[in-house]
Amino acid sequence: MKDIVILKRLVVALVLAGIFATAGGGICMSGEYSPGANDNGIKIGNTMPYSGPASGYSAIGKSLSAYFAMINDRGGINGRKINFISRDDGYSPPKTVEAVRKLVEEEQVLLLFQSLGTPPNLAIRGYLNDNKVPQLFVGSGADQWNDPRRHPWTMGWQPSYGTEARIFARYVLDNMPDAKIAVLYQNDDFGKDYVNGMRSGLGDKAGKMIVATQSYETTDPTVDSQVSALQASGADVLLTAAIPKFTTLAIRKVYDIGWRPIQFVNSVSTSVGSVMKPAGAEKSAGVMSATYTKDPSDPRWQDTPEYEDWLAWMKKYNSSVNVADALAVYGYATAQTLVAVLKASGDNLTREHVMKVAASLHDLSLPMLLPGITISTGADDYAPIKQMQLQKFDGNSWKVFGDVIKGSGR
Amino acid sequence: MEKRIAAPEILAATPAAATTANGWRWIGIVAIVAIAVALPFALSKYHVFELTMVMIYAIAVLGLNILTGYNGQISLGHGGFFAAGAYTAAILMHRYGVPYWLTLPPAALIGFALGVLFGLPALRFEGPYLALVTLAMALATPQLLKYFDTWTGGQQGINLVKPMPPPGLGIDRDRWLYFIALIVLLLAIRIAANILHGRTGRAFVAIRDHPIAAAAMGIDTAKYKTLAFGTSTLFTAVAGALAAIVIGYVSPEGYSLFLSISFLVGSAVGGIATIGGAIVGGFFIQFVPNLANDISDAAPWAIYGLAMLLFMYTMPHGVVGTLWPWLIRFFAARKTVAPIAVRRSDGA
Repeated sequence: MKDIVILKRLVVALVLAGIFATAGGGICMSGEYSPGANDNGIKIGNTMPYSGPASGYSAIGKSLSAYFAMINDRGGINGRKINFISRDDGYSPPKTVEAVRKLVEEEQVLLLFQSLGTPPNLAIRGYLNDNKVPQLFVGSGADQWNDPRRHPWTMGWQPSYGTEARIFARYVLDNMPDAKIAVLYQNDDFGKDYVNGMRSGLGDKAGKMIVATQSYETTDPTVDSQVSALQASGADVLLTAAIPKFTTLAIRKVYDIGWRPIQFVNSVSTSVGSVMKPAGAEKSAGVMSATYTKDPSDPRWQDTPEYEDWLAWMKKYNSSVNVADALAVYGYATAQTLVAVLKASGDNLTREHVMKVAASLHDLSLPMLLPGITISTGADDYAPIKQMQLQKFDGNSWKVFGDVIKGSGR
Repeated sequence: MEKRIAAPEILAATPAAATTANGWRWIGIVAIVAIAVALPFALSKYHVFELTMVMIYAIAVLGLNILTGYNGQISLGHGGFFAAGAYTAAILMHRYGVPYWLTLPPAALIGFALGVLFGLPALRFEGPYLALVTLAMALATPQLLKYFDTWTGGQQGINLVKPMPPPGLGIDRDRWLYFIALIVLLLAIRIAANILHGRTGRAFVAIRDHPIAAAAMGIDTAKYKTLAFGTSTLFTAVAGALAAIVIGYVSPEGYSLFLSISFLVGSAVGGIATIGGAIVGGFFIQFVPNLANDISDAAPWAIYGLAMLLFMYTMPHGVVGTLWPWLIRFFAARKTVAPIAVRRSDGA
């Protein structure tokens, strides 16, 4: 009999607990639809890997927060303060989905801005487009963010990998029309974006000019055999579309086997400290790449008012990030792009209107982008930055040269 | 349903009393299910989604409990089996257009097969050595997923079409997925209870507590250890498939080593050798990292660690493992005051 009593009491307690839980749940039901903006403020959502393997990128998140803090200190945008809510997703797509749903449904943000990483952004693209929430200025260089017909609520920002490859192609066409091009690429979407970009940049000459392509897997120990095969093709231009480690290996091998082509490396792998120096100053001298932002450690910019503004902001608002960190420049420039869009949206802060304004930017120039590089978008052009300038490594540092080149087309 | 675990007193009591006890047990179960069914209609869609994820993690942790709690084999690699289930569902849906609900049986099958295959070499390892072997599984999973990119979509993963609720039912997608997860969870609990409270479960526990004695009693330890592995990974793979369907996207970054560790933490916090503990574990996995993030932006993982320590210090057998006996005693207190007092005075 004792057990019956126990069970009876347990069940009664459970039912009571259930009634309370359900009643409590009823109270915190979601409210009315809110666009996340009102007379006093604008709510902006963001996800960023503050923890986990990609946490090196968190300098971008810190820089974004620091920039909006300055904007708020100066009175906000058209009198509205920015409420920037940045959540950690650890670069894990399921976490991104969860964080973004919380931002949209619970925090009721106006839009998602600069969420970082290709997989996290792919994971939330469907949800944001279904719910007509802007996914603005995605923090990834993949080619797929410029697809307004299928994903009208998603827009990239930086020059995509394909755009970069088209810029290399433009340079080759203009300066070495008879070149024979070899491509070494990572065997995934990242590497293939460069191959496709190079092909589309060369147009109908692609078949003749690209004489060899070789791919590697990130699990390969070396790229020696690939480099040898490319040399054997008789190419005099080499594009290496690789992550830093393999770029270093390729630069070294090319030099060691006595091959002296014109070498392009992708902008992902241009770090002096982790790519060029390990390859050796002698072996990496003369390698070319492309860039679109000002290098804060380049003495050329250090007397300009743009640099002084930047430095003042870094010191006052963003002191936890290194002054020479390119990610701080990136965060600064993307935040300025969003501020420009919100300013131009005026008092009409519906999601539709903000998206429309973002898709009608015209020659917007930003202080820390290279002179001549501007941001333009259109209803069928969701690639804000399409220009870059070439740079050459002199064994010590990168030096930009030549004109700004546009990598147009898709 | 569970006559076997009924206390001896009830078995000895009159049939009528036993029937009443069973009746109350059923009312209890019906009450829990009724609450679970009513809850999504009182919550916002986001909270419904969160609870769906809680149930999915609970299924995964339940799988781990069978292996670690009942059979004594430690696994640091269940994130890998979760990923196997997720990719089974994703590939079937994306490449072959299989409807989402039909992907669960194949995911279960693959989970079971992988678990048995993995369980065979695991027979030679015990304790920390087995933990290391399974750790290899967790470490290798993201890279293997990137390597076989023609199937898995590599780094960029696979985007899935989100399942639509049947038309005419009048509920939205989030609530529909909640009910699917609820049905699978209830089924999983029922199946786990049947296995664990029967002959197989007793064999699992005997092997955990004393493998030599178990073998001496005629239990085929190799067979039952492999079976425990397979059953465990079956549950976890089904949870993975459900997660893929609910999230609508799979990619290698989602299945890092940390996921495996989360499962083990959830299992320990809930109560490693309990069935109900898996649900507590699901809540822990889903909510504690977010709560930690809300408390401190700067050091969320320090808060997470602190929460873990607090739980383990105050409830060393996990929430359910510690509180359940206490609850039974609490509700029985008035009837048993006298005997306990007597026993105490005897002892003193």
